[in-house]
Amino acid sequence: MIRKITTIGCMLLIAAVSFNCSNDDNNNMEIETKAVFALEDQMGRPAVNTVFVSSASKDAFNTTIPSEQGAVFSAMFKTNLEALSPAFNESTDTNALGQDATAFTNLLATDVLNVSLDGTTTFYDGTNLLTGRALTDDVITTELLLIFGGEDFSENPTLSDDHVDANDKEFLSEFPYLASPW
Amino acid sequence: MKTSKILLGLATIALVSGAIIAADHIDAPDVKGGTSDITDFYAFEGANSSNLVFVANVQGLISPENSSSAKFDKNVMIEFNIDTNNDNIEDYVIQAIPNGDNMEIYGPAVPNETGVNSTMLDAKFKSSVAITAYGTTQIEATVNTSLVSGVKAFAGLRDDPFFMDFAKYSEIIAGEATAFDNPGTDTFAGTNVLSVVVEVPKTMIGGTGTINTWVTTKRKQ
Repeated sequence: MIRKITTIGCMLLIAAVSFNCSNDDNNNMEIETKAVFALEDQMGRPAVNTVFVSSASKDAFNTTIPSEQGAVFSAMFKTNLEALSPAFNESTDTNALGQDATAFTNLLATDVLNVSLDGTTTFYDGTNLLTGRALTDDVITTELLLIFGGEDFSENPTLSDDHVDANDKEFLSEFPYLASPW
Repeated sequence: MKTSKILLGLATIALVSGAIIAADHIDAPDVKGGTSDITDFYAFEGANSSNLVFVANVQGLISPENSSSAKFDKNVMIEFNIDTNNDNIEDYVIQAIPNGDNMEIYGPAVPNETGVNSTMLDAKFKSSVAITAYGTTQIEATVNTSLVSGVKAFAGLRDDPFFMDFAKYSEIIAGEATAFDNPGTDTFAGTNVLSVVVEVPKTMIGGTGTINTWVTTKRKQ
């Protein structure tokens, strides 16, 4: 009977809150009012949704969890990359990382930022690649080079660098690192 | 590479990319210009190399004139997701949610659940920092429970750290230009964003190795 009452108590609460009824030794009922928050936007690497996802799929990309993005979006990414960049118009083309269109878009379609806990953290600093994203990293030029620059970053030079190489305000060397507002 | 081929590619960019977008600013119709619209995400080693810093920016392109009225949405949780075993499923999360004049930070801690829906972590993982009002000195004094001792947070307006000649990029994809200018012009110069910066001891998020991380905004249902 106590269990039955507990169950009814829980059911009454379902509509208002998510709940946690635990029947412990004393048959006490613990209630936690836990609101549910639902996914609206997400981001790992910069500009990925912007550049590689077709217009009709942009909302879907934002609400597909990363572990499922690759299976859903890899083919679209490859199609769009090959349409986008003359540096990937032949099947043997690669970027400067040696990635062909399939390898490159398989990497990007799972939109997470890889971050090292053991040292330099940068999107690309000329030596380290995809070990984080620092404020000063020129991520757009890095991405333009990987998309348009071909095997040695030399192709399509007028498209592979936007020539904006730094922020308009100097970053701070200490917390909170971002510059004060305008 | 013939110009015609490049132009064909660029015409396709316009089809692929659609409207005006940047790092993640106004990237998709459902979130464009709203309070959950993520503009950028950063993760880097702190000035103290034992710490990692996470930055989430939302609601971009805020002019100085509009800055005093800009505010975080109390119904939108900003969540940093951290995968430590390379399956792209979050093993730890850090949640930020406004509460009055404060930004409450929960975690890092193992999430109650993974995936598209989240609930708040237990209060035993809570830190709190006052939201810095526009035009005032930045506040970084963070109050922690013992389980998250060492977590430091900031919440408030900052200069948008993103830089790009987005205007020229737009002209190129629209077929109105065929090359970037040199030097280019930073389209985001002089604009602000709402930032949440959280610095945590690396020991709380795996300690060593490589993590996969991403930021999400989730709205209270």
